[in-house]
Amino acid sequence: MGFGITMIREKVRVKSFKINDICVTGQSNQTILEVARDNNIEIPTMCYLEGLSCVGSCRMCIVEIKGSHEPTPACTAKIKEGMEVTTNSPQIEAARKMILSMMFSERSHVCSTCVANGDCELQNKSVELELEHSEVPYLNQRFEIDASHKNFVNDPNRCILCTRCIRVCDEIEGAHALDLAGRGLNMRIVHDMDEPWADSQSCTSCGKCVYVCPTGALYEKDISEEEVIKKRGIITELIKNRG
Amino acid sequence: MNISADDRYNTLEKSMKKLSYEKNALIEVLHSAQEIFGYLGIDTLKYIAKRLKLPYSKVYGVVTFYNYFRLKPKGRHNVVVCLGTACYIKGSEKILEKIEKRFGIKAGETTSDEALSLLTARCFGSCSLAPVIVCDEQIKGKVSLENPLCDIEEMIK
Repeated sequence: MGFGITMIREKVRVKSFKINDICVTGQSNQTILEVARDNNIEIPTMCYLEGLSCVGSCRMCIVEIKGSHEPTPACTAKIKEGMEVTTNSPQIEAARKMILSMMFSERSHVCSTCVANGDCELQNKSVELELEHSEVPYLNQRFEIDASHKNFVNDPNRCILCTRCIRVCDEIEGAHALDLAGRGLNMRIVHDMDEPWADSQSCTSCGKCVYVCPTGALYEKDISEEEVIKKRGIITELIKNRG
Repeated sequence: MNISADDRYNTLEKSMKKLSYEKNALIEVLHSAQEIFGYLGIDTLKYIAKRLKLPYSKVYGVVTFYNYFRLKPKGRHNVVVCLGTACYIKGSEKILEKIEKRFGIKAGETTSDEALSLLTARCFGSCSLAPVIVCDEQIKGKVSLENPLCDIEEMIK
């Protein structure tokens, strides 16, 4: 009997709770991150991009919820009545630094030789979180660069596996030309069946993946260091206008 | 290759039909495809992706996520080197290194003439025989560190 009731779409209700001891309200289908941003409370994010689905893969937006013994990613956690959220405790800030360190150490993020230097979300985030050095040893896993496409380059050595490109290709362009292949240290973004970008049958060369990439992993050809201009806002605007 | 004339594709088609071409039955379809073909070639994967109406990259992602799936054909013979704790202490890594050097392949790969596949495992439960290798389902215990290659060369002759 109860089954039939749950099948009906749950009514959106207004819920009130606390973020950093400030009373806020939001709708029950909103996430902690959305409500925080509505109330001008800053929570750092990395894989999140307004308009795309949330996967909670980077863990940069972790927050503490009173009564829960582990940090929760704010981008995927729905709000609950009466919950008490802390976004900036010393533990959370230390954990964020560690997460960022691990992103830096896995591959080769050398800003001085990167096309995205100056317009890189990874770089900006380390400034914002005041990361002075990596807290873990560098692994510098190496990958081959795919420069086969006439306009774009894919350099997996600068990829942080945020999956924004995969989501934008699937959800906005509708092509799903990219996906993650392999696992662990060897995980990387591939086109179709790990084919050169130029040979991909499903890629429409729209460039949305390049616009949303937070680092210099996907970039336009014929530019050198510091010349990248990422148009990340384009995608959010596009979705807003679609209604 | 003419797909419609290949009996194996007919068998694959039947098993997909049995699963009503459901997108979420991908892993099951991949299992039967590997059973039919012995491995999952790119042509086979593209065929499956088209029939289940799934993006190529998604299918490839699933295949490379699971250790079980093979993208390359298996050799006529296979050697599995145990890297479990007991065998490791008894020097199985050196045995693996020697085999890799002798046949010019890495663990998980197959020689270019498709004679031999080299695999590794985590313990066969025969630790008293450490170090252990398995040549075509046959367990060889207490393998010598000096020359672990005799048996293998004999086998692939």
